[in-house]
Amino acid sequence: MDEIVKDFLIESNENLDRLDQELVKLESDPSSKELLGSVFRTIHTIKGSCGFLGFARLEKLAHAGENLLSRLRDGKLSLNAEITSGLLAMVDAVRRMLAAIQATGQDGEEDYISLIERLAFLQGDPAVSPQGANSAVPPAPQLSPESQAEVEVPSNDEIVLLAPAARPFEKPPECEPAPPASAAKLAGEAREKNPPATDEFVRAESAARSEDTPVPEPTVESHNPQATMETIRVGVTLLDRLMNLVGELVLARNQLLQFSNGTPDAGFLAVSQRMNLIATELQEEVMKTRMQPIGNIWNKFPRTVRDLAHSCGKEVRLVMEGQDTELDRTIIEAIKDPLTHLVRNAMDHGIEEPEVRKSSGKEPVGVLTLRAFHEGGQVNIEISDDGAGLNGDRIRQKAIERGLIPAQQAGRMPDRDVFNLIFLPGFSTAEKITNVSGRGVGMDVVKTNVEKIGGTVDIQSTAGRGTTVRVKIPLTLAIIPALIATCGGERFAIPQVSLSELVRLDAEENGRGIELVHGAPVYRLRGRLLPLVCLDRELGLKAAADNAASREAAINIVVLQAEEQQFGLIVDEITDTEEIVVKPLGKQLKGISAYSGATIMGDGRVALILDVSGLAQKARVIAEAHESAHEEARKEAGNEQARDEHALLLAENGLEGRVAIPLSMVARLEEFPRTVIEHAGAQEVMQYRGQIIPLIRLSQLIPATSDAEKLASAASIQVVVYAEGKRTVGLIVDRIVDIVEERAAVEPLAPRAGIVGSFVTQRQVTDLLDVPALVRAAVPGLLDVVGPEAGRV
Amino acid sequence: MASQQFCTFLLDRYLFGVPVPQVQEVIRSQPMTPVPLAPPAVQGLINLRGQIVLAIDLRRRLSFGERAQGELPVNVVVRTPDGAVSLLVDEIGDVIEVEESTFEVSPETLDHSVRATIFGVYKLDGRLLHVLDKDKACQVGDLEMVSRH
Repeated sequence: MDEIVKDFLIESNENLDRLDQELVKLESDPSSKELLGSVFRTIHTIKGSCGFLGFARLEKLAHAGENLLSRLRDGKLSLNAEITSGLLAMVDAVRRMLAAIQATGQDGEEDYISLIERLAFLQGDPAVSPQGANSAVPPAPQLSPESQAEVEVPSNDEIVLLAPAARPFEKPPECEPAPPASAAKLAGEAREKNPPATDEFVRAESAARSEDTPVPEPTVESHNPQATMETIRVGVTLLDRLMNLVGELVLARNQLLQFSNGTPDAGFLAVSQRMNLIATELQEEVMKTRMQPIGNIWNKFPRTVRDLAHSCGKEVRLVMEGQDTELDRTIIEAIKDPLTHLVRNAMDHGIEEPEVRKSSGKEPVGVLTLRAFHEGGQVNIEISDDGAGLNGDRIRQKAIERGLIPAQQAGRMPDRDVFNLIFLPGFSTAEKITNVSGRGVGMDVVKTNVEKIGGTVDIQSTAGRGTTVRVKIPLTLAIIPALIATCGGERFAIPQVSLSELVRLDAEENGRGIELVHGAPVYRLRGRLLPLVCLDRELGLKAAADNAASREAAINIVVLQAEEQQFGLIVDEITDTEEIVVKPLGKQLKGISAYSGATIMGDGRVALILDVSGLAQKARVIAEAHESAHEEARKEAGNEQARDEHALLLAENGLEGRVAIPLSMVARLEEFPRTVIEHAGAQEVMQYRGQIIPLIRLSQLIPATSDAEKLASAASIQVVVYAEGKRTVGLIVDRIVDIVEERAAVEPLAPRAGIVGSFVTQRQVTDLLDVPALVRAAVPGLLDVVGPEAGRV
Repeated sequence: MASQQFCTFLLDRYLFGVPVPQVQEVIRSQPMTPVPLAPPAVQGLINLRGQIVLAIDLRRRLSFGERAQGELPVNVVVRTPDGAVSLLVDEIGDVIEVEESTFEVSPETLDHSVRATIFGVYKLDGRLLHVLDKDKACQVGDLEMVSRH
């Protein structure tokens, strides 16, 4: 393709993007001369360029749009939604034609006659009579053969020759007597309808200046030349190449520094230090060249929102904050679609129809807010609407209906977790499926896409007040901070984004720290059970026997956050944190979910970068395999659940009593100083996470011979937190003993309230508690009264 | 008469060759980072001047036995549509020129795994030159490979 055509395409596409925004802005501010001028200029430029490039169809369409715009600019028409839609439709058509030019070199087969007529009709609306609207149609067909005739000959010639050939189109009024029939006819048509329309912009501008406020025009003029002076267009491939080279330079620098540390040569040391500084600075600057403001992808949202609002019959105001927030180019590309989907979703499901809003006491115009800001080395993007919010109950119900979660689990789930269910594949609560969204695909795709680039999605919602989706993404993918850990003699890089904390268990401590739940190791991290994954076992690095031997030594746990799940990764050694250059793995290794890439370390060796969520998934898959060997049926309820069902928390009750609580009933295990206990009436209560929760003493419910003195003097209490719906209850036990995996036969002995039966574990008779019944017995009415109300949210 | 230049190398006791234009470079044994969970033919990753290159052990890929202890392989780095890949061979040979007329497709009797990865053989003086299909040789993710090991 010709260079000149390529340039035309790039320029026109950029202009069109701007046009979209400007037209939408114009709609809310129809009197802005500056905006109108800019819109007019863009269309005029496209028309002019395609005139001498020989794209007759495109020119015809642009011409029709230009005519309409000129009337708007002259104040003969004022902009309304209908006209804006017409103009936007024209922009779309132009875009399609540009795409056709890109693909085939021709401006397509379609003539867009009906669109041209529509534009002409809109233009003739108030001032010109209906006949005028009709007569406005012919000029275009008349124009095209001539324009082709004139352009075709010189188009094979030099550009220098083209310019004069194109000129007659640009300023026909002046050339009126000189050129032959074509321009005269055109000019005639033009004069009849709207003289300045086909005029050059300079003249239009002066006209505007004389007629109206001269203020906006000069500012526009003064901006443009500067912009062209200070920026140049650089190919993205060149930037990528540059980035690669800098990556290599950084690695070479790291190697150089290692050498220089061992040398006594002061000169060499000085040089390598300087080299170090320069490389760092260069890296920063080159990274900056790849940074783009997020506004670049938000630009199209005003248009999207406007179109959607029209088609859904809603009124929406779009507010954008932090458009300048910069992100790496690759990330910008990757989040474009997810963001668009979230915006569409908020428009379709979030914001209500104006009448609905009015009846619930809100402004009829909904507000959709996009906010971007930097925080902790990451970029946060929030998409908030002030719509109806999510309905926790409906989501629960849908999730149960679709078999996404078991019913009993749904009841216990806090709303926050429930909201996140909408990211599960195959979930949609839209009452009716619209063409905008609601097909149950999308939110899971949003999540997958965001996670693919190391980001997270979180959703918060208040019924009746609105929903906020927060997307957190890393600034860049190319160079990231990572923790370097060793396992099986090899180094692995763990992206710091997913890192929560590091835990080290000393040799004497590790026997106590790590427990087994159905053969799966867990660690009690501040009272919560943290599932553990052994990296060496996951990667098949060492035999199991080896593994047992290493238990003698200290254990390093890297606590990682994968999606909503936290888990601990056991590694041999934790070395350091380092800025690493991420390099992709070849397609042969793409299938291994445990790695997200590779990097080159300071010593020149390659190290693999672990994919934290991939690893978590892989570990879970293995857990699933374990499980299915035991019992097929359990798989149905989902792994976590299945594992939970037979895991029992053992606690002491009194001197001899042993009780067991199904782990699935346990929200958290906590230890508090005695002093937290307060009283509300006769009920013992405590403040817990911003709530007042009743405390129940197990020893009072299930009488046991207890060492009253010892209990009274104990400085702390151990609490098993139980949650049902929105209600939380603390169960005070004497001592938490262990967590066991037990499927022993439970024998119902003498019927006692709150006890399912007894069984033997760890050579002791243990009572299996029926926690809901116990709680109901201890605090009558608590769960039943509050339950339904809490669910109505 | 058309002729072609081949970069030759030894694998077990067989002479293999890849057309010279397909070879990016030949380098001696490099520090290797193993890739756990990868197909067995993947020996690991090497750092080729800042570029991370996958190394495939041709012995394992073609089911010749393991390389003798202490013997260092040579990296023949070939260009593939998905970037450079290093093929680990026993020993590097000369660049030789062969006549097209001496080419023959591989005999039916050849071992399956070898037959699938070579185009055919050139009959040289006293020995055969096996023409490696480097793209096939670089395919290690396929099920066939996994199930065999």
